[in-house]
Amino acid sequence: MPKTKPVLTFTIDGKKCRTSPGQTILEAAKANGIYIPSLCYWEGMKPAGACRICTVRVGGRYMAACTQPAAEGMAVENDVPDIQDMRKAIVEMLFVEGNHMCPTCEKSGNCELQALAYRFQMLVPRFPFQFPVREVEPAGTKILLEHNRCVKCLRCVRGVRTRDNKTVFGALKRSKDKKIAVDQALASALPEKQARQAMDRCPVGSILRKEVGFAVPIGKRKYDKKPIGSEIEKAEG
Amino acid sequence: MPSKGLVTAALGRHRHDRARLIDILRDIQAQAGCVSPEAVAEIAAGLGVSTVAVEGVATFYHFFSARPAGTYAVYLNDNIVSVMKGRAAVAAAFEKAVGCKFGETTPDGRIGLHRTSCIGMNDQEPAALINGVVFTSLTPAKARVIVEGMKAGMDPKAMVASFGDGANASKIVRAMVKNNIRKEGPVVLAPFRSGSAIKKAVKLTPEEVIAEVKKSNLLGRGGAGFPTGLKWEFCRREKGEAHYVVCNADEGEPGTFKDRVILTERPHLLFEGMAVAGYAVGAKEGVLYLRAEYAYLLPYLQKVLADLRKKGLLGKKIAGKTGFSFDITIKLGAGAYVCGEESALLQSAQGERGEPRDRPPFPVSSGYRFLPTTVNNVETLCAAARILEKGGAWFKDMGTARSAGTKVLSVSGDCKKPGVYEVPFGLTVRRLLEMAGGTDARAVQVGGPSGCCISRGQFDRAIAFEDLATGGSVIVIGPQRKLFEVIHNFMEFFVEESCGWCVPCRAGNPLLLRKLEKIMSGKGTPSDIADLESWGKTIKAMSRCGLGQTSPNPILTTIQNFRELYESKVDRNRDFKPEFDLAESVKAASEITGQKLAAHDPENPHA
Repeated sequence: MPKTKPVLTFTIDGKKCRTSPGQTILEAAKANGIYIPSLCYWEGMKPAGACRICTVRVGGRYMAACTQPAAEGMAVENDVPDIQDMRKAIVEMLFVEGNHMCPTCEKSGNCELQALAYRFQMLVPRFPFQFPVREVEPAGTKILLEHNRCVKCLRCVRGVRTRDNKTVFGALKRSKDKKIAVDQALASALPEKQARQAMDRCPVGSILRKEVGFAVPIGKRKYDKKPIGSEIEKAEG
Repeated sequence: MPSKGLVTAALGRHRHDRARLIDILRDIQAQAGCVSPEAVAEIAAGLGVSTVAVEGVATFYHFFSARPAGTYAVYLNDNIVSVMKGRAAVAAAFEKAVGCKFGETTPDGRIGLHRTSCIGMNDQEPAALINGVVFTSLTPAKARVIVEGMKAGMDPKAMVASFGDGANASKIVRAMVKNNIRKEGPVVLAPFRSGSAIKKAVKLTPEEVIAEVKKSNLLGRGGAGFPTGLKWEFCRREKGEAHYVVCNADEGEPGTFKDRVILTERPHLLFEGMAVAGYAVGAKEGVLYLRAEYAYLLPYLQKVLADLRKKGLLGKKIAGKTGFSFDITIKLGAGAYVCGEESALLQSAQGERGEPRDRPPFPVSSGYRFLPTTVNNVETLCAAARILEKGGAWFKDMGTARSAGTKVLSVSGDCKKPGVYEVPFGLTVRRLLEMAGGTDARAVQVGGPSGCCISRGQFDRAIAFEDLATGGSVIVIGPQRKLFEVIHNFMEFFVEESCGWCVPCRAGNPLLLRKLEKIMSGKGTPSDIADLESWGKTIKAMSRCGLGQTSPNPILTTIQNFRELYESKVDRNRDFKPEFDLAESVKAASEITGQKLAAHDPENPHA
């Protein structure tokens, strides 16, 4: 990042980028004003490589930009039609895998999945809707889990821990049955700040702090006027 | 329901060690028949972790169940070869005799019927595990006898009427499993005298051992084919407070069972290979990660380890070499195909959900306990021991220029002599079919579902890394088989075994399966075939680990090699046919109301 002296150079779609060793392609791109779309990534958290939307191609091989460190001389393909279409396909997979009803969602306008769909100009998913039966789970006194919307980005699993380092959220089962669950006792005991954080970090409207879902009205939300990624692209000047 | 006593005892036995959570859960499941929410809460409290952390692990592996799985838990293999060999009739016989369906447990909790993925018995299907005891070559009549035994309260071990060959019949194993060794090659299945490899190894420096393995050109036998010597060299070079050797004995690829035979007949060769690897990389500890399906071999393997310790071939000052100590522990899985992926295996060995890790860092620098680790396949380690015994040049002389040595193949399906064949690399599929008595095959699945399905025109292709790479599974598909049934079985397998971590594999494979079903049901058009290809390519490119990166292969390789089959199933005169069948979906309502739905004409939908 800016403070450390850049010591390696590589390219993204032919554009020369500088970064320091250890930086991932995603972080390095961001520092160089290039937006690589992502969903499960959250700055400061250990990357999970779960959504795969940040997939790029280097030397014919596909890799997640959020987990792959940039290397000297690397030629990264990012904004190319076939990769963009596969990324869009993943966004569409998420839309059909769950039940996403944007107009009634507390997160609409602040939702990163919705914002990505706009950015990729998704109209109708190419895949058939699965309409899974999922529940809304009152998970303790503070939090509501809206499983219909969950994209299993694992931000909550990675980012929310108690003072004695216990995980509060966790993943259950596997395959398409995988679901996020919460230790109710621990979740109810979360300090207010952490409970709000859990909601704010959830990219979709799956983790809701009870009673505050519509505190910011639709129309005044993060992505209501500017597309996701524009803040990075603008910084480039 | 488990009493508090069971959990307390299990926690004590495993020293309240979070890394042994799977062992703890295995104990509870075996004793209580389930891991109930109460048990989860008690374990979480005992380990000082959240309930979701324990429940996450307990719900990941399919041999753990939240509800009682039955005093007798019957797990009947549902892979395609089991189906070919009469699974349906056996399953029906079980259901009728037991009085409940698969997926259920009898009301008294005595017998539970469950399905499971390949259990490594493809040469003797249909096969089932009952409380961990293997039952092979099942028939409806045998199923009825087994059910009578269960109703009479017999110990499943006592229901094993006759034993298999070799060590299967030994007092400590007493399994009906057969080895079916059809061809012994010089590397893995030839007789081996304990000590002949490690004694030579310790006379060399570790660097010289690595050089010998490099000279042999040994490539990893799990399927990926990474050079073993290079892996050991990378691992040795890494700094860390300890180094580890981990043996991947989690062969879960449907159709493979050769590691089971090696573990049964050549475990001392394998363990010596681990010791050689330990010497080479500078490890003091080795871990054998054994798939849960092979737990019946555990006491036997423990005894082999004890014997090797007595002989001074494990433990301290191995083969008289001062300063070289190495020992091996065995860790059991609990039912998850993805744990054959090396980083998922490491997670599982540490008591976690078997979810792959991101790489880099690779296991050579951050492996078991996040320390430098070489993870090698059973067969690879056996070959490494033999290379030390007989020399790298001897090994390199066999096989092809790129694929040195031999390969142990598990051959099953429509052939007269299913079993294990150790053959030199470069052998053609045609020659293998001749040896196995399956020359009339219409197709051969090489490398299991994640591999490649080839047609008759390709039978002159060779088993080798440069042509048909395989971890060892070869499934012969006879002329009478419906290939779509095979493909469908494989796709269901991947859908179920996806760990669910990444989106393309978790969400994409069910979509592929559904599209395949659309074509199978006769509602497909050419665009559906194109969708399968396009979606499959996306899943391969975008997935996080080898499972997702190969999961579309059953579809993609058959579209490539049996395109006419897909084309014969679709309506070439239409661009699109809906998956949705209006008449079918309102059938129940029509029957109730007595109103008949006007026939729907897709050509004229608004008529």
